[in-house]
Amino acid sequence: MDDQIRTESTRLQLTGGERSRVARERVYRLVLFLCAALSVVVTVTIVVALAVDAVEFFGMVDPVDFFTGTTWVTARDQFGVLPLVTGTLLVTAVSALVAIPIGVASAIYLSEYASPRARSVLKPGLEILAGIPTVVYGYLALIYLTDFLRGLGLDLGTFNVLSASIMVGIMIIPMVSSLSEDAMSAVPDSLREAGYGLGATKYEVSTGIVVPAALSGIFSSFILALSRAIGETMIVVMAMGLRPRMFDLTDPVGSLAESGQTMTSAMVQAVTSDVGAASPTYKSMFALGLTLFAITFAMNLLSNAIAARHREEYQ
Amino acid sequence: MSSDGAGQGAVTGMADRSEPESRTDDDPERSGATDGAETVIESRDLDVFYGDEQALRGIDLTIPEHRVTALIGPSGCGKSTFLRSINRMNDLIDVARVEGDLLFRGKNVYDEDVDPVALRRKIGMVFQKPNPFPKSIRDNVAYGLEVQGKTDDIDERIHTALERAALIDEVEDRLDESGLDLSGGQQQRLCIARAIATDPEVLLMDEPASALDPVATSKVEDLVEELAQEYTVVIVTHNMQQAARISDKTAVFLTGGELVEAGDTNEIFENPEHDRVEDYITGKFG
Repeated sequence: MDDQIRTESTRLQLTGGERSRVARERVYRLVLFLCAALSVVVTVTIVVALAVDAVEFFGMVDPVDFFTGTTWVTARDQFGVLPLVTGTLLVTAVSALVAIPIGVASAIYLSEYASPRARSVLKPGLEILAGIPTVVYGYLALIYLTDFLRGLGLDLGTFNVLSASIMVGIMIIPMVSSLSEDAMSAVPDSLREAGYGLGATKYEVSTGIVVPAALSGIFSSFILALSRAIGETMIVVMAMGLRPRMFDLTDPVGSLAESGQTMTSAMVQAVTSDVGAASPTYKSMFALGLTLFAITFAMNLLSNAIAARHREEYQ
Repeated sequence: MSSDGAGQGAVTGMADRSEPESRTDDDPERSGATDGAETVIESRDLDVFYGDEQALRGIDLTIPEHRVTALIGPSGCGKSTFLRSINRMNDLIDVARVEGDLLFRGKNVYDEDVDPVALRRKIGMVFQKPNPFPKSIRDNVAYGLEVQGKTDDIDERIHTALERAALIDEVEDRLDESGLDLSGGQQQRLCIARAIATDPEVLLMDEPASALDPVATSKVEDLVEELAQEYTVVIVTHNMQQAARISDKTAVFLTGGELVEAGDTNEIFENPEHDRVEDYITGKFG
């Protein structure tokens, strides 16, 4: 009897096999932690690397001139970032006008209206759209879309903001539609039934119940897609030209019809141009990168804030 | 019952068939002659299929006006399916198929010229699990009024509906708070308020108290009895005591999607005709 009690109590001590089990658990935990930590480490490294070179750049160029200047001509050491910022924002705004309505409408169709058959064709179609390399989009914008828009009577330059922006918009449609559709599909059927039970039509249920209930996810999809548009490079390098131009409020149509440049495209130009790695032109890339990072980071914060505000708990 | 006469009769061809045609031809046991009330809903040889599976078999049942009709039976017996076939909620299920007649005031609701949206505006529904919209309490009740275009005096209509649903005292000061912040029992009364705000003729209730605690349940039960003075109520319940307490007429569905017996609730509970029904209500199976 005593022996038995002793055995029971000793069972609380770890045996050799159990010791190795605990050790294995520690290893699993460590490996998983390292993987999770990697992305944070990379992000911090990128920010530090950008910051170090950007600080050097700001040693050569006055930050005030950089952030308020309206002329970007690296050959003449004029580093005013505003034409590039407005170029980026213009592309983002036009692409949003293309992608948000079409993306949300597709999401509503896929989530609420489509038969299983229609879904099985349309969903892979949208996914293919997401898989097309951006260089192909750039080519299509330059060669076909501009011609097509000219056919509609628009007076466009060979390189122009409009074609590039529309193409960026087309590129991000799948992001809006697939994330929005996920959010709408997650709305419980009990809410749809409540709507139909009150004599609502399909359209009323979709727009009055499902979309509002999925709003936080839908907004998140906008922000993610627009962050993608802000960072898009290849399409704008190929189809929009390389001429930094301030957005002209008095002539918005002209601003769209002619060439322009975004921050990303100026960075490509800086890194590919034939200048030394110590030159301000080369270093400007890091200042631009940091600015771009700050903008997308702010958009992510905004997205989280919006999502938190609209989050609804439904059973 | 309704102060809003204009909204009635909107379903094509329904308005001119007010004559209760069913009272003579049914055998009294089945129709459950509930002291001469008019028949609002009548099913004749109604079959419902989900794909290859038959969920209801040849259901003949009449629902009397301004009474509470309880549909009882074990899980999977088809009582909810029957309820959902009345306002064509089964239309939302791709594989569902209906055969036979389901008459609402004499008009077969499965006729081609019947608009299910118009039908559902006359036949409100309350579901098993409280399902308020993620909107404010006010907007929850307003939703049905808005889609049905009954927006005149909307605040008054909302107030009246919440009053009838015995919820007004608890929410009067917080109509702008989310309906989801209410307790389960309050949410269900909110759903009832939402359903009656538009003044339907019939209220279908699919086990409305099954997710609620006993106190909330008894509140909902009281409410159902109240509502029957103005509405025709059809209520599905698992709970036989509940059926006995609140209903005037009871229909017993048993496994396989058959309606075994229907009639006056007291008759069914005190002196059922079929042994299977007696076994079920005395708890020998199910």
